[in-house]
Amino acid sequence: MPIVVENLTHTYMPGTPNAHVAVDNVSLTINEGEFFGIIGHTGSGKSTFIQHLNGLIQPTSGRVLVDGFDMNDKKQRRQGRALVGMVFQYPDYQLFDSTVLDDVMFGPKNIGQSPEEAKASAEAAMRTVGLDPEKFGEKSPFELSGGEKRRAALAGIIAMKPKYLVLDEPMAGLDPSGRREVLKTISDLRTELGCTVIMVSHSMEDVARSAERIAVMNESKLFALGTPDEIFSRTDDLIAMGLDAPQTARLAKALREKGIAVPDNIYTNEQFIEWFGRVRNA
Amino acid sequence: MLKDITLGQYVPGDSALHKLDPRTKIILMIAFVVAVFLVKRIEVFAIVILFTIVVTLLSHMSISYLFKALKPMRLLLPLMFLMNLFLIKTGDLLVEWWIFKIYSDGLKNAIFIVLRLATLIAGTSLLTLTTTPIALTDGLEKLLSPLKIIKFPAHELAMMMTIALRFIPTLVEEADKIMKAQLARGADFESGNIFKRAKAMLPILIPLFVNSFRRADELAMAMESRCYHGGEGRTRMRVLRFTWRDLVAIFVVAALIAAIVIAQKLLPPLF
Repeated sequence: MPIVVENLTHTYMPGTPNAHVAVDNVSLTINEGEFFGIIGHTGSGKSTFIQHLNGLIQPTSGRVLVDGFDMNDKKQRRQGRALVGMVFQYPDYQLFDSTVLDDVMFGPKNIGQSPEEAKASAEAAMRTVGLDPEKFGEKSPFELSGGEKRRAALAGIIAMKPKYLVLDEPMAGLDPSGRREVLKTISDLRTELGCTVIMVSHSMEDVARSAERIAVMNESKLFALGTPDEIFSRTDDLIAMGLDAPQTARLAKALREKGIAVPDNIYTNEQFIEWFGRVRNA
Repeated sequence: MLKDITLGQYVPGDSALHKLDPRTKIILMIAFVVAVFLVKRIEVFAIVILFTIVVTLLSHMSISYLFKALKPMRLLLPLMFLMNLFLIKTGDLLVEWWIFKIYSDGLKNAIFIVLRLATLIAGTSLLTLTTTPIALTDGLEKLLSPLKIIKFPAHELAMMMTIALRFIPTLVEEADKIMKAQLARGADFESGNIFKRAKAMLPILIPLFVNSFRRADELAMAMESRCYHGGEGRTRMRVLRFTWRDLVAIFVVAALIAAIVIAQKLLPPLF
């Protein structure tokens, strides 16, 4: 079953002079098993939007159905929330326990697993994200490097075995190799656990490479929704709203302007190299 | 969630009270507190009440703000009134009903203590309502600076207060984010007894503390890299200046104190 978002609107501080509409009448469906990317400028409402998926904040109007559970309803929210794992941008907001293993066990214990079960889930999750429980399990989470912290935080969520994994800027502030590692972990997770991934990012390259469908948010509204082919063929629109198109898409556009016929659906390095190889050989 | 709470009481405005120098306001507030304690006779309290009303009108604050300031006392004030009313057993017996006896001294004391507390809170609230926290710390620093002779760290104290005030909204926002991150991991802050709930706060408090220390470290580094070395020889962007308004205000409060003293000496007892 999918996540269905119907006419979602969220207003911060309604009824005061500071009222601000952060999400304006957004409707979309996230299908089971897909890699769903959300892109948008800072302040476009994407972070506010995804917090609704987990019922962390409630909409001003509209509703969110997670596998049929209405997140506006207090009882159903609890059941819906158990299905959706949410990884926040900064791991510093969630790591707190004395050892990494204890910290990863926090979630599983909260959803009612026994200490033994929780330990097993935690160790499995740590292996999935590439943190060896033998080596990292007894370390303090505060000793870890940036990339390791992020993976520990991710492990803390996937130990709860969510069906949907929501990631808010999972690569922000990491160096290129850290980004690649985290992105690879996320892709592996999807094939390994079969969970649906919803990823917010403002790195077009990352989204272009992995997402199957992309939602573009602009000024609180859903601007476009489609496959990467559909979205990145609109390079001009993306640039106009202050988002960057992937570098390769910009290169293709520049080449097209010079009169070289580059197909519309080329926006990642791999696609470009493949196309270029074909053209050169021809 | 937490973002909706308001911090600090300052209400922006352009009234005569807003325009006073913060140093004047701090000193006059202290003088006002002294004046309130000088009042020993209940009928003289009319002067203090009148003064509070006039100053409130001058500040362009609506009375509702003063009532809001009194709100935290909504339990304490009635309690103190009742305690004084029933526990003081001197003076004439006024009312007797079942086990309750009310004496004249008890009634007088009860009214007195409530009036005293209410005017104290109203008067001091007017200071924080009409002065920005930054102006307050600036004023405090200037007032305390003579104490530097005895090595009192006036500048450091003011800087610490300024930094603390500056980071309150940041910390509130961060606490909100941490709370959400832990809620997403199934943390429960609402059920269970008080010990369980206190324990449930740990996953919020620890990241908050760790991040605060890290932030303090970074802030210290950022200040040092801009050559901050304490208050010595430091000039201000907003220089505090006394004006004729401050002089008038000082005269008015001096007149208040004089009026209280004279009224108490000369007024024939009414009760």
